[in-house]
Amino acid sequence: MAIIKTDGLTKFYGKSKGIEKLDLEVEEKEIFGFIGPNGAGKSTTIRLFMGLIFPTEGQIEIFGKDPFKQGPEIRKNIGYLPSEVFYYEKMKVIDLLKYTAGFYQKDCTKRMHELAETMSLDLNRKIEDLSYGNKKKVGIVQGLLHEPKLIILDEPTSGLDPLMQQKFFDLINEENKKGATVFFSSHILSEVQALCNRVAIIKEGRIIKTDTMKALSEEAYKKITLNTKDMDDRILNLEGISEVTKANEQAKFLFKGDINTLIGALSSVKLDNVWIEEPSLEEIFMDYYK
Amino acid sequence: MYNIFKFEFKTLLKSVLIWVVSASLLIFMLMAFYPTFGKDMDLLNKMMENYPEEMLKAFGMSNTMSLGTVSGFLVFAFSYVQLCLAIQSANYGFGILSIEEREFTADFLMSKPVSRSQIFFGKLLASLLGLLITLIATMVSTYFALEVFKGQGSYNFESLLWLTIGMALFQWFYLVIGLFVSVLLKKIRNVLTFALGLSIGTYIINALRAVLDGEVLGYFSPFYYFDLNSIVEKQTFNYGLLTASVIMIVLAFIGAYYLYTHRDIPSL
Repeated sequence: MAIIKTDGLTKFYGKSKGIEKLDLEVEEKEIFGFIGPNGAGKSTTIRLFMGLIFPTEGQIEIFGKDPFKQGPEIRKNIGYLPSEVFYYEKMKVIDLLKYTAGFYQKDCTKRMHELAETMSLDLNRKIEDLSYGNKKKVGIVQGLLHEPKLIILDEPTSGLDPLMQQKFFDLINEENKKGATVFFSSHILSEVQALCNRVAIIKEGRIIKTDTMKALSEEAYKKITLNTKDMDDRILNLEGISEVTKANEQAKFLFKGDINTLIGALSSVKLDNVWIEEPSLEEIFMDYYK
Repeated sequence: MYNIFKFEFKTLLKSVLIWVVSASLLIFMLMAFYPTFGKDMDLLNKMMENYPEEMLKAFGMSNTMSLGTVSGFLVFAFSYVQLCLAIQSANYGFGILSIEEREFTADFLMSKPVSRSQIFFGKLLASLLGLLITLIATMVSTYFALEVFKGQGSYNFESLLWLTIGMALFQWFYLVIGLFVSVLLKKIRNVLTFALGLSIGTYIINALRAVLDGEVLGYFSPFYYFDLNSIVEKQTFNYGLLTASVIMIVLAFIGAYYLYTHRDIPSL
């Protein structure tokens, strides 16, 4: 069953476009990455999911329900961590978390303390005295304390130090293993690569590609580096080769196509060394963004 | 909704206390002048003659009413309390919904399993309760102030009940107008500016109406709709204007509710 499903989802702010004709399907128990640069429409999409803004056109279904008609029911099972966290400044952390817990019809105390401990969050401080990173931790705890079935993360790692980021990813993985679906929006591709099963790439309000991480890397260019003294230019003119750079006795290029053709051609050359590398997600991503 | 109501009410409680204390002090301080005024009516009238008629009217006094009677003096004194009530109500009205967007906490609140209408009513009820407590406490203080300073004079206790009912509606008026404007605009940066602008503005309009004898001006001011003179002295409302204000309260309420439940919450 699709946990999140959008159909022709469109949002305009007056005349400026947020997103246009967005079709998405997020399956149960997957970690779904949503990548794109700033201003591509990631936050707009998420704010629509959360019922914070209303669509200009199109539908959303979350758990098979309409977030604008059955919002409270849906949000019982959603944990949301926005990119920028703001809480009632005068409150103590513990009071904010208790207020949060008061919205759910179950006892969240135990999980709340577990999470606070994992994230080493001091519960007795006032929100206004917290650093940005600590506020982010408050965000993580308040977003997860009710053990949501769907976790929506909007660029969650900004402001967290690397150690905390790792703890946070562990936490998300753990929740995912327990059965939670995760929708993860980010422009930091390495973290998406580390965490997600499937990704959608969004550009200027439209989704330009949705695929599994694996397929994305397979389908993509290979990065090839050759070290040889007698470089045969015919090889560099093979179909599927692009962006050739030659220096000294080294040639670098990208290759897309049947790897056997390339290997066959290379067998006639005496090589000193060869590297065949998977492109990083950055490189795949940049390719889509050209 | 109870969760929000409880939270909002707790947040308002301190402000309610401050308003109660201020309004009570104000009415006590003003009523404390009554014994002097009441004792020497002749001197008072002479003094009043020295002031231009327009100025007296602007301050809610005129030759038709007498500062020498307890209820006459109450009308004068209570007009400042009425201004306080207006400022407080408008402040809540402009503030309670807009604060979530001004401080970007709307994302937090609305990602919880609550609907917009639960947020709206939770906050509205908390403010109404806060305003009601302020009003009742202020009326009790007014009663004590009257009892302490009335001396030989007397007043009709019933007029205090009329005043309570009138002022409750008066508070609602400013509350829902504030609410309506706050969701009509994209953002309210400074609540106090709006609250003072609306309440003092309408107060001045009513003062101008008195000076210029231009009744039309009064239609723009709730201070005229709930005219203390007729409430305290005659124990009656201007029922035409009362109906009009109830209609406006209902319309502003419906408008505020509709706009809030259809509103795009801006992000940072």
